[in-house]
Amino acid sequence: MSMRERVRGLGPTAAALLGLAQLVTPAASQTAAETRLGVGKPVTEVELGAYFSIPPSGKGLPAGHGSAKEGAVVFQEHCAACHGEKLQGNMAPGIGADRLIGGRGSLASETPIKTTESYWPYATTLFDYIKRAMPFSSPGSLTDDQVYAVVAYILSEGHVIKTDETIDATTLPKVRMPNRDGFIPDARPELSLYR
Amino acid sequence: MPVQHAPPPPVEDEACPCRDGMFAPRGADRRRFLFAAGSGVAMGLSTGRARAEDNPPAGARSFDVPDDPTKEQGRAVGADGGYGSRSQFERAVRVRYPTPNENTSWSLTPLAALVGNLTPSALHFERHHGGIPTIDPDRHSLVVHGMVGTPKRFSMDDLRRLPSVTRKHFIECSGNGLTEWKKPTLKTVQGTHGLLSTSEWTGVLFATLAREVGLAEGGAWVLAEGADAAVMTRSIPLEKLLKDGIIAYGQNGEAIRPEQGYPVRLLLPGYEGNTHIKWLRRLEVSDKPFMTREETSKYTDLMADGRARQFSLDMDAKSVITFPSGEMRLPGPGVYNVTGFAWSGRGRVQSVDVSVDAGKTWYPAYLGSAPEPMCTVRFTFPWSWDGTPAVLQSRCVDETGYVQPTRQQLLAIRGDHGPSASIYHLNAIQSWAVASTGEVSNVHA
Repeated sequence: MSMRERVRGLGPTAAALLGLAQLVTPAASQTAAETRLGVGKPVTEVELGAYFSIPPSGKGLPAGHGSAKEGAVVFQEHCAACHGEKLQGNMAPGIGADRLIGGRGSLASETPIKTTESYWPYATTLFDYIKRAMPFSSPGSLTDDQVYAVVAYILSEGHVIKTDETIDATTLPKVRMPNRDGFIPDARPELSLYR
Repeated sequence: MPVQHAPPPPVEDEACPCRDGMFAPRGADRRRFLFAAGSGVAMGLSTGRARAEDNPPAGARSFDVPDDPTKEQGRAVGADGGYGSRSQFERAVRVRYPTPNENTSWSLTPLAALVGNLTPSALHFERHHGGIPTIDPDRHSLVVHGMVGTPKRFSMDDLRRLPSVTRKHFIECSGNGLTEWKKPTLKTVQGTHGLLSTSEWTGVLFATLAREVGLAEGGAWVLAEGADAAVMTRSIPLEKLLKDGIIAYGQNGEAIRPEQGYPVRLLLPGYEGNTHIKWLRRLEVSDKPFMTREETSKYTDLMADGRARQFSLDMDAKSVITFPSGEMRLPGPGVYNVTGFAWSGRGRVQSVDVSVDAGKTWYPAYLGSAPEPMCTVRFTFPWSWDGTPAVLQSRCVDETGYVQPTRQQLLAIRGDHGPSASIYHLNAIQSWAVASTGEVSNVHA
């Protein structure tokens, strides 16, 4: 017997109550799609092309390429003023630029030196960060080729890749950083302090 | 946050308002009289008007001070242009930590000057990695895409059309207290704990946006991206966002301040501050974290074995006494209202204990308001000081049963590895020593 048929056989009060129930019931059985408010505008793939975020897989890396030799030129022009001609960093007032190379093997010592060479687990992060936020005085101004080149230069100066290697969307995710296995998801052992 | 070096402690200005309380600062400040002898001389009694100061405190305007405000008309209604400012007698300000670069730096909330539980928006601590952007809300939007059914762009008008929530939450930078692991370094509570602030936040639950776009199978992480010069990015567990993540556009009853992410920021109750992406412009759902710079080379804690802890997202239970605290001076034996803040990133504060003997004996403190989840609570404790040296401590117990640890307990687990190695997530019990002279200082007890 359907709900409608059952209602027909009841008195007016009971039917009214059931009518109320019917008004309520559909909401409880709405699907996710029906609960959408229809706010927001769909975005196209073209619009999404304005954004990037490069994970370790390299997904989203743009076309283009660069070598350490090309990168040396880019670095001297756009990066050396803050990070130093020898990538040594500069903590002078008004600058505050991280050291980029060296420090390998120092992480377990009492004076760990964290650089892209010694600490950064993924080379893709280097590309992502330089493309999004560097040079500090003109963020996001480098071409993709320039970013690839300066990444190649920093990796090469840190002896992570050979000086003649070309970095592009295929080779960059394959670069194995020295500290690739140096990170562990924090298990928060301090929680043992529960009383 | 630059962790390759240990930045120098700030050179504190002689008149720094962070010495608020009982330590009389230079210049006009009514607080200098709080515990002064109360004589007419100390009160500066004079006749006639006092001229307006040439340099009013930040956020205030200076006006002549009449000798008797009941004998002349005050300022005209609306003379402030329709947006008020604080009293010229209130001087507490945020203080920037002296990092080399002023654009990538942080400022600390003057906790000792706060009244009640909420932080005034203008005193909310700041952490910027590329300065404070100026963003026209009409040109700003939030894109939600990645592993979703229909990628969408939400204008600010769209966000305001959606159902909203209003909740009080603290935000704490995980670097709060980073100078204090090895030895007591900064002198005031503004320096040791000032990367903590609490606001009432208003916005749309992420869960609401998720329903508008529809989540695809397999999504587990979400990249949040800001529209500042750092184009700041962090990967957030999708589960957290769905649980209580807020896309917030309101703070303490008005639009979020530019320094806090105007026109819209991410609010992740109880998570480390860096994940609350300001000037939020994009959320990308993914199956894996993106391993951005901030979640690999920064905001990770290097342990003694050379490995680093990553994604330490929850801020554990913590508390601090703000009065009396470092650089203050108690004028003499007597009754004092010890007060401070307690908070936990894992739920409500359950209780707060106070000790005046360096943790040997604990007494329950009074909580000034009903604790809310992932929100500070103001505690108070009446203390009769007998004039002998004392060490004041507070400890927070949250609703999970976690007891705020001592620094020694933390070090026993984390190790003590270099000043630039393990610097984040210091939630140890803070000690303030009260000398027989009444002077209060930062100590490790």
